[in-house]
Amino acid sequence: MEGDIAQLGQFIGAGLAGIGSGAAAIGVGHVAGNFLAGALRNPSAAGGQTATLFIGIAFAEALGIFSFLIALLLMFAV
Amino acid sequence: MATENDGGLEFHPLDQFIVKPLFSDGPVHWYTVTNVTLWLAIALVAITALFVFGSRGRAIVPSRTQSIGEVLYGFTYKMVEDVAGKDAVKFFPYIFTLFMFILFSNYLGLLPMSFATTSHIAVTAVLALAVFFTVTILGFVKNGTGFLKLFWVSSAPLALRPILAIIELISYFVRPVSHSIRLGGNIMAGHAVMKVFAGFAAIAAISPVAVLSITAIYGLEMLVAGVQAYVFTILTVVYLRDALHPAH
Amino acid sequence: MASGTETTADGAGMPQLDFATFPNQIFWLAVTLVAIYFVLSRIALPRIAGVMSERQGTITNDIAAAEELKLKAREAEEAYNQALAEARAEAQKIAAETKAEIQGELAKAQEKADAEIAAKAAESEKAIAEIRAGAVESVKAVAKDTTKEILSAMGSKADAKAVTAAVNARMKG
Repeated sequence: MEGDIAQLGQFIGAGLAGIGSGAAAIGVGHVAGNFLAGALRNPSAAGGQTATLFIGIAFAEALGIFSFLIALLLMFAV
Repeated sequence: MATENDGGLEFHPLDQFIVKPLFSDGPVHWYTVTNVTLWLAIALVAITALFVFGSRGRAIVPSRTQSIGEVLYGFTYKMVEDVAGKDAVKFFPYIFTLFMFILFSNYLGLLPMSFATTSHIAVTAVLALAVFFTVTILGFVKNGTGFLKLFWVSSAPLALRPILAIIELISYFVRPVSHSIRLGGNIMAGHAVMKVFAGFAAIAAISPVAVLSITAIYGLEMLVAGVQAYVFTILTVVYLRDALHPAH
Repeated sequence: MASGTETTADGAGMPQLDFATFPNQIFWLAVTLVAIYFVLSRIALPRIAGVMSERQGTITNDIAAAEELKLKAREAEEAYNQALAEARAEAQKIAAETKAEIQGELAKAQEKADAEIAAKAAESEKAIAEIRAGAVESVKAVAKDTTKEILSAMGSKADAKAVTAAVNARMKG
């Protein structure tokens, strides 16, 4: 496997971008965990807030997907 | 680019997304019948089968297929009514069309050997831009310049309002980007990860682990497919609410 | 970059960023969306909405009918209870009236009986007095007769006046 220095940078960058997925995982866990904590305290109000929960999860996860996308771009498109 | 290393492992996780003509090897013109066309058509047929043939009995006590259709209908209807209000109900067919298309495309894309149409930025961007322009034009038609109140946060202190307005404006224009990339990226990521694990399965020693992982990720993807369709739809409804009732 | 130049070649690079396929995808997507929209809004949604509202109507009607029947049952029960109470009151009234009537009749009968008994007692007393008087007369007559007979048997002519006076004196004595 002989690459040039640019390819090296590309792969390192892709790997670093992958960290973002882990950060997004923390964010999603935070959202879901806090929702659960609130829902256990006041279960009657939880039902109406599932939509909000999903929106929050989606926003947190979208950023992880962005970083994954950066990794893919570095690997395959640059 | 596909990576090759000494062990002969070959990863082509993105090859599944290539748009190919179905009947010839020529270039892809705008009218060419491709695998995209095929799977879009299958989605159309599946939706028609569920909602038209499933409900053809018009039974008071519904059959199984009919009750699936009714559950989806009731779920979406309630979502539109609850989130965007009574006057948003007349946009229900558009929202239902979007929801059903994304839902069916996501799940059809999970079939082995299938083509995930919603993993393509071109497709999701069209969906997101359609929502964006519809909502923006609707907001101006319904409220005139009052629609700009959406960016002028009247509950904030006066000094902060211009800064908030700029932030709101930027976030408004980022909406279609995040809206489309969230859906496309999620579906693409899931499928690519499955392909990567499938590549690992070529090594005999770790192939059981790889196969188990694919199974687990497939389960996750089943969840993601539904959740992403739901999220796309509910964000559409939220944007619609902003257009109908722009005041904070 | 090597892979960059290969992008448009045989599938290398991201297929999502292969702009040559965009018009194709967008065209067919638009066709599909319009088709789905027409299928749903023209055929499926009105049908499902119709079925669901019809079902809702049926359920509402059935519930209303059940409510009505329940109300009727309650009314019938109330009417029954009222009738029962009325009947009981009537029965009590009749019983009281009858009792009073019987009491009255009983008192009247007793009075009458008392009067009759008194009359009878007076009559009997009179009869007894008569009988007693009769007896005294008879005894006088018998004594006179007996005295006359004894006197005649002794041979002397009895003086009727003297005998009578003697008997009378004796009887008094």
